[in-house]
Amino acid sequence: MKEKQAFEEDIKKLEKIVDELSNGKLTLAESLKKYEEGIKLAQDCSEVLNDAQRKVEILMKKEGKFSLEKFEEKES
Amino acid sequence: MPEDKKAKHIYSVSEITQEIKLILEGAFSTVWVEGEISNFKAYESGHFYFSLKDESALLSAVMFSRANKEVKFKIEDGLKVVCFGSIGLYGPRGQYQLIVEKIEPKGIGAQQLAFEQLKKKLVKEGLFDPGHKRALAPMPFCAGIVTSASGAAVRDILQILKKGAPCVDVVIRSVRVQGESAAKEIAQGILDLNEFKKVDVIIISRGGGSIEDLWSFNEEIVARAVYNSRIPTISAVGHQINITLCDLVADLFVETPSAAAKIIVDKKNVLLNQIDADKQDFFSSISQILYSLNKNLIALKHMLKSPLDRLLEKQQQLDEFKAGLVSNIRHYLNIHQERARGLIEKLEALSPLAILARGYSLSIAMPQGMVVKDSARLKKGDLIKTILGRGAFLSSVQEVMKNERKTGL
Repeated sequence: MKEKQAFEEDIKKLEKIVDELSNGKLTLAESLKKYEEGIKLAQDCSEVLNDAQRKVEILMKKEGKFSLEKFEEKES
Repeated sequence: MPEDKKAKHIYSVSEITQEIKLILEGAFSTVWVEGEISNFKAYESGHFYFSLKDESALLSAVMFSRANKEVKFKIEDGLKVVCFGSIGLYGPRGQYQLIVEKIEPKGIGAQQLAFEQLKKKLVKEGLFDPGHKRALAPMPFCAGIVTSASGAAVRDILQILKKGAPCVDVVIRSVRVQGESAAKEIAQGILDLNEFKKVDVIIISRGGGSIEDLWSFNEEIVARAVYNSRIPTISAVGHQINITLCDLVADLFVETPSAAAKIIVDKKNVLLNQIDADKQDFFSSISQILYSLNKNLIALKHMLKSPLDRLLEKQQQLDEFKAGLVSNIRHYLNIHQERARGLIEKLEALSPLAILARGYSLSIAMPQGMVVKDSARLKKGDLIKTILGRGAFLSSVQEVMKNERKTGL
């Protein structure tokens, strides 16, 4: 969950950097810093999206308490 | 009149009512009656009272609670119905009425009518309001599915996600999706996933089936559970276009379970494309910045002169000054030379020697050395020095002639 929140923040930061860089009000040093930061964020975000480590679980509820069990996928 | 009294049978009100009741109820123990509902009232006892009417007559009717529990649709004034039941006589009011056992809407199925009525009610309450619909998270990383774990829907969804968005975790809340308890279980499943909190979207789904199979998704309890979900919902019921109430309430609805999964895959792809576009933007922005800086630099370089350039320039300036100075001086000298020459000539013309050369002479009284201009100043015997054009001589005055002018020449 934490990762997801970070992801959404990163996406917002990315958009901000795109704006900042395109309006051209930064100094060269600032621009280069933002550029570097932006490329790094873009790579991080792409990595999260391209991650293939998913979990499929089934939610059980016993006496009001939740638990997760692995769901066996049947290929058709 | 007393004999009359013996001959005639006089009924009490109860007696006659009882006899009418027997006849009436015997004759109309099972009847179908068609008419329009009016004056409908549901009492707290659970019994329904209303009238059936047509253009020229009115029939009171009652539907007791044991019978009306089965009625799926809402009975209301103006509704055209067909009722099955018996005629009964209610003694205390001396009134006959139809005791309704079954009631069906005329021309439309009871289920369909129930659906329409519920839909109308939910519309009124705002359950389908576009304003209530929430947007999905930019990227739902965890999808909750309320469906049957053994059904085709879950399999379809998992396959699409595995292929298109393997970064998405799935939490399945397994419920029955048809039959008596299905609606309740579906509603509870939605509630459970809300309590569990960790999912970003809830997909309410089942595979295709007849309209009866899908009916649970038209139940009020499901519609309300979807409406009350704090997590965005996608309704994916059936395999064709038969819109359920669940579809109408959900934040998004799609025709099939696969389409629900594709929404998530699309979200992922849109984001990936966006990120790529951002990278391109970064690159072009920075290129633009560098390009314009470089242009400025070149312009500045042109403006900036090296010290050597400056020295050469000054030297040249100096040379120019020098040349100017020489020619000025020369010019000045020439002018003055010219003037000097003129003066000398003038001076020569005025020189007394020049006059003497023409035969004039100059007399100077000696020893005072004064030029003699007036003979009155002289006396006999004065010593005179006479200067000629060439040479001079001394003489003494023999005689002074005061008025002599223009003589002797």
